[in-house]
Amino acid sequence: MNLNQLTITEASAGLEQKRFSAQELAQACLQRIQATESTLNAFVTILSNEAIEQSKQSDARIANGQRHGVLDGIPLAIKDVILIAGTRATGSSKILSNYTSTYDATVIGKLREAGTVFLGKTNCDEFAMGASTENSAFQTTANPWDTSRVPGGSSGGSAAAVAADQCVAALGSDTGGSIRQPAAFTSIVGLKPTYGRVSRYGLMPMAASHNTIGPLAKTVEDAEILFKTITGKDPRDSVTVDREATSYKLQATSLQGIRIGVPKEYFIAGMDSEIEQSVHAAIAQLKELGAQVKEISLPHTKYGLAVYYVIVPCEVSADVARYDGIRYGYSIESDLEYLKDHKSFSLLDVYKDSRARGFGPEVRRRIMIGTYALSAGYYDAYYAKAQKVRTLIRRDFQEAFQEVDCIATPTAPIPPFKIGEKVDDPLKMYLADVFTVSLNVAGVPGLVLPCGFTKGNLPIGLQLIGNYFDEDRLFQVGAAYEQSTQWHLKKPTL
Amino acid sequence: MLSTEEVKKVAQLARLNLSEEELELYRGQLSSILDYVGQLKEVNTDGVEPTSQVTGLANVTREDIVEKASVDEHERIISQFPAKRKWIFESTGSVHLSH
Repeated sequence: MNLNQLTITEASAGLEQKRFSAQELAQACLQRIQATESTLNAFVTILSNEAIEQSKQSDARIANGQRHGVLDGIPLAIKDVILIAGTRATGSSKILSNYTSTYDATVIGKLREAGTVFLGKTNCDEFAMGASTENSAFQTTANPWDTSRVPGGSSGGSAAAVAADQCVAALGSDTGGSIRQPAAFTSIVGLKPTYGRVSRYGLMPMAASHNTIGPLAKTVEDAEILFKTITGKDPRDSVTVDREATSYKLQATSLQGIRIGVPKEYFIAGMDSEIEQSVHAAIAQLKELGAQVKEISLPHTKYGLAVYYVIVPCEVSADVARYDGIRYGYSIESDLEYLKDHKSFSLLDVYKDSRARGFGPEVRRRIMIGTYALSAGYYDAYYAKAQKVRTLIRRDFQEAFQEVDCIATPTAPIPPFKIGEKVDDPLKMYLADVFTVSLNVAGVPGLVLPCGFTKGNLPIGLQLIGNYFDEDRLFQVGAAYEQSTQWHLKKPTL
Repeated sequence: MLSTEEVKKVAQLARLNLSEEELELYRGQLSSILDYVGQLKEVNTDGVEPTSQVTGLANVTREDIVEKASVDEHERIISQFPAKRKWIFESTGSVHLSH
């Protein structure tokens, strides 16, 4: 086995026992990146020199008996919407193609403290708006399981990098399924934490009331390690809360006494039959492990996507108002081509032309929907109405969690689709998120883990939904399932 | 279906300079998305409070303390200005100027 294939716990043990160095581990990942990147296009920026430098510092700490803990020396990939001071951060947008981060995101600061190594910044849909990475201004990432297909999105670069062993684990962001759907599409583990459990300071904002940062990893335990490192209250993100992580025993392989709900609204007409079968088999396995399984109802599920596609574009239209072509990012004022053709222009032209040229089609579309829905005369019909239905969706979950400890569902209604298949139909693309958006709308956490493959060898993911702040329950149930199955051990051939 | 005029007005409000073809494309796409989200109308929300925060927080405040930026941070911020004079960013005025 090559070093880059190791999990966090395996690599950490190897470093601790000095079987290999952090530098060798980083080098193994960088070599894997070099060997596979022309096929995958998972990275927007590769930080080879910085990574080697960080790994040497980690080796020095290990040599001095001052290792910072389980993550010291572990090479990670970071979605390119999260800032690392002094390095390029694009959000996969043309408008930030030459932007350098001025500061570290809070999660990056915490990981630095833990001694991790940053291999590079991964590709995503522009500003995390999309479900396939096809909305990236630079490249489309390929799915390591079938390179003619998408890895999901928006954290598709991070997911592909983990699945293809270009890194040991990664960070992504999830606003409507952007960690979970790519995790399902690439047969890895992904966690969307409870809203407010992880600071977003230094994350490019995309729908502030839905946005979360979370891990993508090879095992449930690795996801838990990363989550517990980055969680916590941060005065710089006012929605974060002070909550100790209580730990259920990961070793517990019995789910005796755990009540798992299966919402009938998540098994809909038109969903892929192989996915339906695999998820039902996974639920049967949970029962086998001792869990008590019961059918439940989340009656407003079918409105989740509509609520999402009102509120999110409204928030987006405000979030990206900062890109004005004046203080940073792409501007017509420094675009020599533009200046050649336009001898004079007004301040309004600076705004309108810089934004029109800097943003891609999906970002512009969401700005337009949001601006329309928030404009005079439409606010009550769209935004206010959606926020009321949002209350009903939250209530569905609150009521369900009176009866069950955890909810099990499919992650996506379809397996990874072909590159180009849905790009011309935004609504069809949005439907790929139909089982994931409600968690963001409500704010509850979700863990996705591998639960099978289609006959065509395409990955299928199981989604476990937890009550507010009850990530530990997800780790417990997820780990028990993982330890009783082999799906997570299967690797793509590249 | 939205009218071209409506789409034009939204683009103007959003500060996006769109071509005629783009306006037409977005007219169709926006209309179908608005149709889709229009299904919310069928939900009875009488007496339902709109959500303002999902985990129940309200009025989170903190001291407004000025933190000094390091020279590095300062340099990085200034280096991002698309147009600048020394350490001040420069932009076209709101009054029409010839360039």
